[in-house]
Amino acid sequence: MTAVQTATDTILEVNDLKTYIFTRAAVVKAVDGISFNLRKGETLGIVGESGCGKTMTALSLLRLVPKPAGRIVEGEIVLNGDDILQKSEDEMRDVRGRRISMILQDPQTSLNPVFTIGNQLREALGIAHKENKSSMLSRAVDALRKVNVAAPERRLDDYPHQMSGGMKQRVVGAIAMSCEPGVIIADEPTTALDVTIQLQYLRLLKEIQAETGLAIIFITHDFGVVARMCDRVAVMYAGRIIEQGDVRDIFSRPAHPYTQALINSVPKLEQSVDRLYSIDGQPPLLSNLPEGCRFAPRCPYVADKCYETYPTTYHLAEGHHADCWALDADWDGTPIEEFIPPTGSAG
Amino acid sequence: MQRFIILRLLQGLLAVFAISLIVFSLSRVAGDPLAAILDDESGKEQIELLRAQWGLDEPLHVQYFTYMRRLLTGDLGTSFKWDRPVAELILERLPATLQLSAFALLVTGVIAFPVGVISAVKKDSWFDTGGKMFAILGQSAPTFAVGLILMWIFAVQLGWLPTSGKGGVKHMLMPGFALGYYNVAAIMRLTRSSMLDVLDTEYVKLARIKGIPEWRIVWKHCFRNALIGPLTYFSLIFAIVITGSVVIETVFAWPGLGLMVIEAINSKDHITVQAVVMLFALLYVAVNIVTDITYAYVDPRIRYG
Amino acid sequence: MAVQTTAPGGPVGETVAAPAGRETAIGKAWREFRRFPVIPTFILIVLLFVPAVFADLLSPHDHLLGDLERELEPPAWVSDREREQLIVQRARDNNTEVSLNNARRNMDSGAATLVDTNGNGQPDIGETMVRIELGGSWEYPFGTDKQGRDLLSRLMHGARISLAVSCLAIMLGGFLGTTLGMVAAFRGGLVDAILMRIVDIKLAFPSILLALTLVVAIGSGFSTVVIVIALLLWARYARVVRGEALTIKERDFIDRARVAGASNLRIMARHIFPNVFNTVIVLATLEVGHVIILEATLSFLGAGIPRPQPAWGLMAADGREVITSSWWIFLFPCLAIVMTVLSMNLLGDWLRDRLDPKLRNV
Repeated sequence: MTAVQTATDTILEVNDLKTYIFTRAAVVKAVDGISFNLRKGETLGIVGESGCGKTMTALSLLRLVPKPAGRIVEGEIVLNGDDILQKSEDEMRDVRGRRISMILQDPQTSLNPVFTIGNQLREALGIAHKENKSSMLSRAVDALRKVNVAAPERRLDDYPHQMSGGMKQRVVGAIAMSCEPGVIIADEPTTALDVTIQLQYLRLLKEIQAETGLAIIFITHDFGVVARMCDRVAVMYAGRIIEQGDVRDIFSRPAHPYTQALINSVPKLEQSVDRLYSIDGQPPLLSNLPEGCRFAPRCPYVADKCYETYPTTYHLAEGHHADCWALDADWDGTPIEEFIPPTGSAG
Repeated sequence: MQRFIILRLLQGLLAVFAISLIVFSLSRVAGDPLAAILDDESGKEQIELLRAQWGLDEPLHVQYFTYMRRLLTGDLGTSFKWDRPVAELILERLPATLQLSAFALLVTGVIAFPVGVISAVKKDSWFDTGGKMFAILGQSAPTFAVGLILMWIFAVQLGWLPTSGKGGVKHMLMPGFALGYYNVAAIMRLTRSSMLDVLDTEYVKLARIKGIPEWRIVWKHCFRNALIGPLTYFSLIFAIVITGSVVIETVFAWPGLGLMVIEAINSKDHITVQAVVMLFALLYVAVNIVTDITYAYVDPRIRYG
Repeated sequence: MAVQTTAPGGPVGETVAAPAGRETAIGKAWREFRRFPVIPTFILIVLLFVPAVFADLLSPHDHLLGDLERELEPPAWVSDREREQLIVQRARDNNTEVSLNNARRNMDSGAATLVDTNGNGQPDIGETMVRIELGGSWEYPFGTDKQGRDLLSRLMHGARISLAVSCLAIMLGGFLGTTLGMVAAFRGGLVDAILMRIVDIKLAFPSILLALTLVVAIGSGFSTVVIVIALLLWARYARVVRGEALTIKERDFIDRARVAGASNLRIMARHIFPNVFNTVIVLATLEVGHVIILEATLSFLGAGIPRPQPAWGLMAADGREVITSSWWIFLFPCLAIVMTVLSMNLLGDWLRDRLDPKLRNV
């Protein structure tokens, strides 16, 4: 972590981003006004249940929202000082891969089955550096070595189906990082992998980050991984960030009832099974969102006000804020219980 | 890969054997093959003579082996109609048919793949809708109707192209297109749907993340993958071209095997018909094998699988 | 080809699953109705079913006997002037004694006059202007063919042939295929293996060639065409029905029937057949267009319905010979085929989506 964090350290700033998907039946508000920023060398975790808009946020950052139904309707994405939403599609191609990149969920399907690894790696490199064949080859080998692929020279001629899942995911990582982007988005990169390989992979990401000063946006539904990987956390619920802050603050003093529930639902080895927590009910449909707080129907502390208007954002500590009426000084409903961190939590 | 090819060759051999059995037994279903060429006035002696000469007095399985032995030595018999060895006739007519078929396949490939890909990329655009209508029409019109309508428009009404016969490229345009139309329609639809599947995959997303230009994503990353689907149908496509060539050669008086087989049918020339059918079947089996091998080449998962 | 879509965990997958809000029963019925192919059905009724059933009542003339005096008359809406050009063109094309005689005969019957254009008193056919006093007549709305037969009447009777051949061939092929498919599923083992091998070979073989060989073997005619087409069709039914029957076989009610002492035949007829019936019907509808094309093609090649029967394919073949002068003879049968098949395909697609969507991949 950098010692002094000034405004110039900010590499990515997202302001009030809204990405909607227009289907024939309804408008799906997949991302509905989120703001956050990311500093150099920092890891920001975006956490939430599946379908809360995490992946759509990631795709919006690359301007790869599925067309023509999906559209970024509002907001700013400021990368290295310029708003990429103002760029043309041609200019965007220079941004993708070089300045911001992404690792996809499923390594099994992320590599093109009909081309060799070397071909796909060189392609990524070739766009950035117009060079001769041999130097490109050595770059490709380097990229593979960086992600700890053994005997990279020989691996270049392999097809994806000849590799294991963990290996494929490392190759996907190598492709994503081959052009040395400043920001990388990792969208649940380990869900499809075995547990032991998951840990290896996460460690590898951390190592690369330490070497290169890469900023990572880590998308996951697993608070355990967040604790291991991230410096800061943004918790998403139904298209909005409902709480964000330093990972320690979030784990020790989660302010939003949803964040509390999420942290509690992480199974811990030391805990007895009967304390394992789960949240009742289903998240609202993004095509049919309630007027007020989106968590209200599932919230144990809910009051009338919660159904009426969306809560304002309350600042709790340096960089830690949450959207919940119960944090208001005038709150007259059930006060939020003092949060007892589960034993052995990473906080 | 080698094992794969050998296996396919063996399967092909089996298919050829089965087809030869079918063709042989069909020729015997017809009853006496002599009945067609002899009139009532032929004397009994003459019949007996021909019977012995053709080995028709032997038991069926012996006849089959004789038939196969002759086939293998390239002796396809003598045509009643043309009174010449069928093998000679076939060699004479085959190039014309191959030329037309190749041209039709070329037309198919040149139109169907790009249109299918563009339809998928520009899904629901006017281009896509137009393509869809073109395809539906193509799958509903019999080949001869397409040929006749083309002939009427371009040869009779506009006078741009010759109505029939063999000659330069001009002579080939209409028959080639008519012969290819059904396949264009079929492959277009296949390419479009498999392209749509491919465009939706994670590796295409990754390619976009890499910052690769869209045209390159479409033609490099998607096209080859999207090709796998339609390619499995290539043998079917070839079968349609064979069938179609019989029809189209009749429509445009194209002097190939198809026209020959129809002339032979009309004169009840069994020997010629069987020989040509056998040849088409052999070609078909060969194409099947080649298709499978190409398929394995395009999709490495099969090659190493 | 199986369509595989990967459903990512993110909201991309979810948008597809998002329900379209609540829908009333009336709304749903309306949506179904809107998707019903009204125009194709109408075309089918007008072009195929009505003429096929009522050909004898509706056709204005005899479909086999023509009036040789009225050969190659154009459709009624062709005006005098156009017809004039048509006849000149015909005369120029043929440039034979026959055309001259025909033109003279037309003139004698008051239909046309030959005009001497070069003033030597002897009308030369190459430069002769043929003046028509009568346009295309409503007596023969679609014109006449070379033998002076009414094209409309022939088209109507042709519809009857197309429909009869398709119905009979599909029934025969469907029956054969369904029976063999059920037997294959039921007996399993060697019977199944052999039958399915045959199906594979059959499905792989270019069908028209097989048909041609068969026609040469048994000789052409209505029943030959039906049998040949049925033999081309059965394999697909056999494969699909076998697949369905295999899954149905495993269900409880089959075991119950067996326990109750039902024979294999009875189980097939009473329990399995009703369950595969939907599939068979959809498959049959999807095949009609295909069969019409097959029949027309065989007839066009001279290996189908024999002359002088007015099969559409045969009429198109006759029209080909005079395509330079008399377009209506080939065009109407061709259009009839294309429109019928197109409509049938659209209707079949709709029916398949309604009754048996999984057949999409067959």
